Formats: sequence, C-alpha cells, structure tokens
Amino acid sequence: MPPWECSDAGGGTLRPERAYFYGTCLVDLFFPEAGLAGIKLLRRAGVEVVFPEGQTCCGQPAFNCGYREEARAVARGQVALFPGDLPVILPSGSCAGMMRNHYPELFHGEPDEAEVRAFSARVYELTEFLVDVLDLRLEDLGEPVKVTWHSSCHALRDLGLNGQPQALLGQLARVELAPLAREAECCGFGGTFSVRQPELSGAMACDKAADALATGADRMLSTDGGCLLNVQGVLGKQGAPLRVQHIAEFLWERTHAD
Amino acid sequence: MQIDGAHPDFRAASARALLDPQLRANFRRAMDGLMAKRAAQFPDPADLKAMRDLGTAIRARSLLRLPELLEQLEASCTRNGIQVHWARTCQEANGKILGLLRTRGATRLVKGKSMVSEEMGLNHFLEANGVEALESDLGEYIIQLDGETPSHIIMPAIHKNRNQIARQFAQKIKDAQFTEDVDELTAMARRVLREKFFEADAGLSGVNFAVADTGTLCLVENEGNGRMSTHVPPLHIAVMGLEKVVGTLEEVAPLYALLTRSATGQAVTTYLNLIRGPRGQGELDGPREVHLVILDNGRSRIYADPGLRATLRCIRCGACMNHCPVYTRVGGHAYEAVYPGPIGKILTPQIEGVGVRHDQLHGSSLCGACAEVCPVRIPIPEILVRLRREATHDDPGSRVEGKGTGRTSAEDLSWRLWAMVLRRPRLYRTACWFATRFRRLLPADLPLLKAWTTARARPVPARRSLQERIRKEGLPHA
Repeated sequence: MPPWECSDAGGGTLRPERAYFYGTCLVDLFFPEAGLAGIKLLRRAGVEVVFPEGQTCCGQPAFNCGYREEARAVARGQVALFPGDLPVILPSGSCAGMMRNHYPELFHGEPDEAEVRAFSARVYELTEFLVDVLDLRLEDLGEPVKVTWHSSCHALRDLGLNGQPQALLGQLARVELAPLAREAECCGFGGTFSVRQPELSGAMACDKAADALATGADRMLSTDGGCLLNVQGVLGKQGAPLRVQHIAEFLWERTHAD
Repeated sequence: MQIDGAHPDFRAASARALLDPQLRANFRRAMDGLMAKRAAQFPDPADLKAMRDLGTAIRARSLLRLPELLEQLEASCTRNGIQVHWARTCQEANGKILGLLRTRGATRLVKGKSMVSEEMGLNHFLEANGVEALESDLGEYIIQLDGETPSHIIMPAIHKNRNQIARQFAQKIKDAQFTEDVDELTAMARRVLREKFFEADAGLSGVNFAVADTGTLCLVENEGNGRMSTHVPPLHIAVMGLEKVVGTLEEVAPLYALLTRSATGQAVTTYLNLIRGPRGQGELDGPREVHLVILDNGRSRIYADPGLRATLRCIRCGACMNHCPVYTRVGGHAYEAVYPGPIGKILTPQIEGVGVRHDQLHGSSLCGACAEVCPVRIPIPEILVRLRREATHDDPGSRVEGKGTGRTSAEDLSWRLWAMVLRRPRLYRTACWFATRFRRLLPADLPLLKAWTTARARPVPARRSLQERIRKEGLPHA
C-alpha cells in the first residue's frame, strides 16, 4: 500500500448501506416510473431503500409564496417521517434544494430547528448521491440514441449540482448528448409562476421546447418533474415528436438487462 | 407609476409585450450580446469569485456604516466646496433642484444619465415649471424624443433597433436626412447636443459612487456627455440615492471593475469622472458651483431591515436584467416601473409598497439567474420570497411599506386548503386516488387548469401514483 493512501481508520465504510427515498409530489402523481427507477438504481448499487409511508410534499409552493406557516406545518410532518441518520434521496433538484437549503431558514427560531437542520444535512438529489457518494458505474445496454439535457434552475443554482447528471450520461457509450442552445435558461415552470403568469411562463416553455426540438434529439432529459411536466405540456399541445423523460428512468432503461 | 388610479399589472403588460415580435427580437439580440460580452470579461471563475467577494464585502461594509459615512461625505463635500442637500422624498428633491435653478435664473438644464432623476420624475416636474431638461446621453436622448421612459437602466433605448432610431431621427431632428448609418446617426445627435451643452445654464448628473473620506463624486460613462454636463455649464447639480456612498477611493476601483464588466462587458469605460468640487481659483474650466442632492425615498426604511438591506448593495450594473429570462422576453416597459428587471422587482415594491406593486412580486420563476451574476451577490430570489410574504401578511415588527395589503381571501383559503390536505397523508392519498382514477376528466374551466393550458396540453396524472404502486407491489427489485 503506498504511504499516501488514505486509510479508513474506523474500519467501517463511508458508503451507506441504507437510505431513505422521498418520492416528491410531482413524481408521485405524474412520473411514478422515475421514482421506481431511482429506487432500482439505488438497490442495484447495494443500497437498501427505505420508503416511509405518509409522504406528501416538501412545502415549497407555499414557502415561495410567503405562506410560511402553512409550508412549515407540511414540512414538519415530512421531516418526522425520516428519523435517524440515514441519507434522504430525492429524484428532484428543486425539492432537494427546498429541504436542504430552505428548511433551516423556515424553521429558524422554532423549537425543532436543530432536528430540522440535522435532517437538511442528510438530503441529497438522486444523481448527486449516485455520483458523489456511490461513484456509480454504468454500462450502456441500449440502442444508439440522441438525447438533450435541460438543467433545472433549482438543481443548478439553488442546490448547486455541478455536472453529476452529465457525468452519468457520459458513461453511456451509445447515448449522444446534443446540447441545448440555452441549457441553463429557465423553462418557465416556476411552480405557481406557471399559473400566475401563464403568458410569460408559456412563452418561456415554448422557447425551451423549440430549443429541444432544434437539437434533433429523441428526448429531453432533466432531474426535475416540474420542468418535464411543463415542456411536455407544450410539446403535447404542438404534437411535436419529442419525448421528455426523467433522468432516473432513462438511466435505468439503458442499463438494466431484462 | 400609476395610471388612472389603477394598480400596474405586470401580467397584463407582459402579455401585451409578448405579442410584439419586433420587441422580443430586439431584446433577445441585445441581451445575448451583453451576456456574451460579460462572459468574455470573466474568463476565470476563480477571479470572478474573488472580485465578487470583494465587491460584496465593500458594499456590505459601506452599508453597515451608512449613517456615519453619509455624515463624513457631507463634511468632505462641504470642505471641497460641494453644497450638500438632503431630501427625504422625491418632491423634496425636485423642489430643491428647482429652487437652485430659479434663484440663478436658469431655464435650460442639460442632463447626464441619472436613474435617480427618473425615480424623481424630474424632467416632467421641471418642464411643468418652465425649465427645459434635455437628456444628453445618446440613449436617453433617443427616448426623450419620443416621450418614452428608459427600458433598461444602463441602455435606456435598447428596445429600439437601428431602423427605428433612424426613422425617428429623420422625423424629429431638424434638417435630418434618413440614414441607418450608426456613425451618421450619432453625429446628428452630437451636433444637436454640442450646442445644448454650451447654451445650458446648468448641468445635472447622477453619481455612481460617492467617496466619504475625500468627498469625491464618481461618474462612470462612455460618451463624454457626463463630463460635458458636469463641467461646461456654470452650475452642476448631482443627485444620488443615499446608498451610493463608500468609505475610501481605494474601494471604488474594485467596484468600478465589477460595474463595467458586469454592465456592458467593458474592462474600462471611456470616461471615469472624479469630481472633487467647483472650479478652483486660477482654474480655467469647471462649474462655478457644485451641489449634491442626496435622496432617501424609502431607502432608510430598507436599510433598517437586516433581511432587506442587501437590496441597497446594488451598483446598478443591470447584469440581472441582461440575464433574466423574463426581462429578455418582455423588455423594461412591461414593468411599468423606473427600475425594471430583477432588481426592480425587489426595489419597486419596497419603495412604492408591496401591496400596490404585488404585480412585480410574482413575475418571476425564481430561476436564480440574476443572483448568479449579481456582482455584489444580492440574493434577489430570497428577497422576492420575503416580499411575497410581506405583501400577504401583516407581521408585527415589519416596517415594509404596505405590508399585508396584497392579501386576498381567495389566496389565503387556497393555501389553507393546500396545507390541510398535505398535512394529512390519508387525505393526500385519497386526493391522489381521485386524480389518478379521473385523470382525464378534470373540468377544463378550472381557473388553474385554464391558465396552464394556454400554452400546454392538460397535465395527465399517471394511472397509479408511485406511492400506490409501492403500497401494492412493494419496493421494485433491481
């Protein structure tokens, strides 16, 4: 053993054997396959998944609109579902950002602030966990396909993902990644923004859809159900031949043998 | 800016703007150019981070000592022969300026670019009182010809393209021939303005940074009109918001470097004027008198709230609007406010009231592009969320103007229902059961669904929710 190799003095492993999975409301209702795929990716990597009953929503919509009491009441119920010190993994950058970055502020001065802070520190977005914690290796078993990638604003700028999804996609030998012209520009979803400012939100979504179509890709991938639902809506209305898909579902689809 | 007593409505105004393809193309092209130029000025992320850290620290430190620095500024300016005037409101500021002009018999004012003077509505006020106020910044001059307001804080006429300006000049400038040649168009404006500089009785300018320990007023510009406005006429009046003060001249350099790079993608501007006072004894040029009007207009209220104070760090570079996906699509006029774009969305409601300007607070997807480029790291999305809170809640201890006045019983009820369902997993489960069973049968005229489907197909829930599948089938095997 070379002298500079780090030793694991405790003799244990830094790779968690068990983890919680938080489905998020959008994945629960609109993209269940993405949730199932995320769980399968984790289980295949040797992580025992715990999926507590009673999950609803992280509370972000009310929080973003200034309804802090309502958001806190919902958030408090969710935090209680995840006792102990297991990591909490979400197939969404936006909800992970809410739970990790905004819960501490939402519970500032509350009697359970310390407990919530400890919870927040355990929150991971799925691709972040797969890359940064599990160092997941993937083997591409699918046919050649061209995809494009949309960075969700909250995954990128709130949570601070820095290339984990792209690192996973880059391991897939027969997947060609055709970049969007404006990859980091908002798709216009923005939660309540999509219904409070439908004209603006719609214009942004149409531009994103056009950008995706111009790449000639077969599908547009993202970490976030909100973006997917939004762009899917525009593509559906236009009858455009492009599919949106959650990255978890795509990764599973490409790497599992029937 | 209220029209006919009705509240401005950003949603309606932006919906109108979206229907103008020329406007959208003008803004998209201009903002793409500005983003590329800025990016080229910050090739090294580590350098950019260091510059932003320093800029943020200087502005935060200056605000921490704001009352002290303002007193020091007044003393230093007075020592330099600059007369300082304090104005709590725009009316007070306008009144003081008119007073200065009247007592000197001045009827012709030439102006360098100043957003604070726009905030004050100075031009209209002076014109109503018999003083000609002529804008000398090329962009400001262009929009003044059409009686328009700036659509961008740095590039006020950015909503117009070359052809639109060419047609306007041919119509409105005496003896002008139609041309689309930019140099010729500039020369035309220059000929008009040259004369005005020499005829003017007084010049007015803004202030980018006011240095407390030396009493120096820094003015950043590219056209030389700022220097002409502040040096040729016998009287120079500078106006500034009270947040513009910094402690020392050394602190100006890093802020200037951030300002020009973030704003127009320039490493330096053509002119950086450092104004120390009126013409000295034996000097051959410069104004005989220099006055500084320091405006509050709600800023001290913003200053007093530690969660909102960061709003005042702003150095008015406009990078937030250049990078904003909303601003890029609708342009500055849709905001119906002096300061458009992300910084305007947090500043306007704080100055005018969060209830009357509730329209601004929801015109954002909270995408964070503004905060990502802000040279002084103003957490614009966080402040926006805080102000949404203030608009709908009358929290004790808050001094936010108009707090609680944007509350509606419909929104209140919606969030209460929302929380009621999401706090009760069984109720949530039942709601999901109905949503999945009747997934294609939601009535199309539900207000939220109607809004969603203006540009999109209706959202269709999955046949079974994730939770239902896990409950019935267990966790999926890898």
